[in-house]
Amino acid sequence: MSVKKGRQTYVNDRGVYIRETAAIVGPREKAGPLGDCFDEVRPEDWGEKTWEKAEAKFICAAFHKLMGKTDRKTEDIDCVLAGDLMNQCTASSIGLKDSNAPYLGLFGACSTIAEGMCIASFLINSGGMDNVVCMASSNFCSAEKTYRTPVEQGGQRPPTSQWTVTAAGGLWLSSEPGGPEITSVTVGRIVDFNITDSNNMGAAMAPAAADTIMTHMSDLNRTPDYYDAVITGDLGITGSGILREITGLSESVHMDCGAMIFDPVKQRTNSGGSGCGCGTAVLSCCFYPKLIRGEMKKILFVATGALMSPVSVMQSESISGIAHAVAIEI
Amino acid sequence: MDHDLNGLTKEKYAAVADRHSAGSNVVKNCALAFVSGGLICIIAQLFYDLITCSAASHIFGEIDEESGKTLTVMFMVFLGVLLTALNVYDEIGRVAGAGTIVPITGFANSITSPAMEYKSEGFILGVGSQMFRVAGPVIVYGTAASVTAGFIYYLIR
Amino acid sequence: MDILLKYLSVFAVGGLLCMIAQILLDKTKLTSARILVLYVVSGVLLTAAGVYEYVVKIGHFGATIPLTGFGYSLCKGVFKAVDMYGFRGIFTGGLADVAAGIITAVFLALAAALFSRPKSKKI
Repeated sequence: MSVKKGRQTYVNDRGVYIRETAAIVGPREKAGPLGDCFDEVRPEDWGEKTWEKAEAKFICAAFHKLMGKTDRKTEDIDCVLAGDLMNQCTASSIGLKDSNAPYLGLFGACSTIAEGMCIASFLINSGGMDNVVCMASSNFCSAEKTYRTPVEQGGQRPPTSQWTVTAAGGLWLSSEPGGPEITSVTVGRIVDFNITDSNNMGAAMAPAAADTIMTHMSDLNRTPDYYDAVITGDLGITGSGILREITGLSESVHMDCGAMIFDPVKQRTNSGGSGCGCGTAVLSCCFYPKLIRGEMKKILFVATGALMSPVSVMQSESISGIAHAVAIEI
Repeated sequence: MDHDLNGLTKEKYAAVADRHSAGSNVVKNCALAFVSGGLICIIAQLFYDLITCSAASHIFGEIDEESGKTLTVMFMVFLGVLLTALNVYDEIGRVAGAGTIVPITGFANSITSPAMEYKSEGFILGVGSQMFRVAGPVIVYGTAASVTAGFIYYLIR
Repeated sequence: MDILLKYLSVFAVGGLLCMIAQILLDKTKLTSARILVLYVVSGVLLTAAGVYEYVVKIGHFGATIPLTGFGYSLCKGVFKAVDMYGFRGIFTGGLADVAAGIITAVFLALAAALFSRPKSKKI
């Protein structure tokens, strides 16, 4: 059973281990500073006629890549938790329809992977499930189409805007010991500080990340230096600066996947990367190997999401943020 | 809301967020918009002058002023569509900003880009219905303004 | 010299109209769609007020190629039609003068959709 600590944190009583990870990325991610970490690189359209089909192919291939790295068959997987940014989780449901695995679709915007890992911890701690796969994906072109403008439309992006990462990744979580362990999770609250600029997601999400991190620390009576790194999902350069200021986290302990995945000057990606695939791919292919190699022992992974839709933006609703934290130790 | 980020209020947060949110490089953007927009207009002028000059009349026949202007607009629209279809208009726009949005080539781009994008939803409900998702408002409010202006002109002329 | 001066003013007027839009984009929260609507409507109003005719005299295609010029054509078309047909001209004149631009755009965009597909941005 998960044991509740404080207001929002649950400590795993039964061990939950990250046994294997995989991520497939697009060419821009491959060309970025972390390019060599990722398992596979594919073009953003992957030879498909629609962006939606391409993203579905990414998530399908990432699932098979992950399974291929393990000695398990799909029949051993009790459940796949997956989500993406497209309307009604289009990519996940198309991409995983042939997987034959029980499926739960999630929407947590870019926080989806951490949402999945929280739920997977509860499912495994319930004693009912032993093997759960958490997945998330995003695609630059499908996200542009869903949230902004057609890809071919001319226009500029302000410096605070972020570039959706093309990536799909997954983590195999199991009750069988081996590898890094998820020791506790903190389920985040919806936090809204009245940001309405859809070109400034970092500012919309930073308070949510701050709230979740501070709650996690007070729930467990810890300080940030308990961890080797507090890793946020996709606050980007703008959001990271804000988070450090309002929480007092130092640059030596805080890292952000969105700020790390691209070279903002050379790749003209402004504030950095974003999207469900961003935190997923960087956690899977950059931090997971670091834990395995012993370069890091304790990390707090905090995936952040902006809970907005094209409709809510057009109706001038402010953009709420959410963040869920997952403590991973080895 | 009981979120207490060390007593951070929405007003205080707006100031913090503002301080960290880098503004656009307005001077550089303006210079680029000015030059690119100016150049697009020069292309139009050049085209018009070429097709209406006396040398050209031997080839095309005499082109009067009104036809010349119409042909020029059509040519600029053609340029906008062509560059969009060749997948380069967005790359130019990433640098030139308003310089490629405001001229009629940008209008053509705003019609062509959704037409191409929504091809994946079919030619009727995709291309046909989405084509004007950006340019539609321009035509709607331009037409409405012209009817208003025309009505007033009708009354006072 | 005359021709050089003409081209210089085409460049200056066209560039200036684009630069104003850039300032609006960067300094206000206006989206490009709103700015384009603003441009067309201002084009109509300025033409109706008799101002834009002067801008066109100076800027030539520098004034008619930016979207304010679209508004200029809309307004001129309406006034011409009202002069010729009276009341019904209010409803027939506007789109008449911009028809070439719209129809060319629609037809070619359809062709573009047939023959071309969107591609992701350059890395």
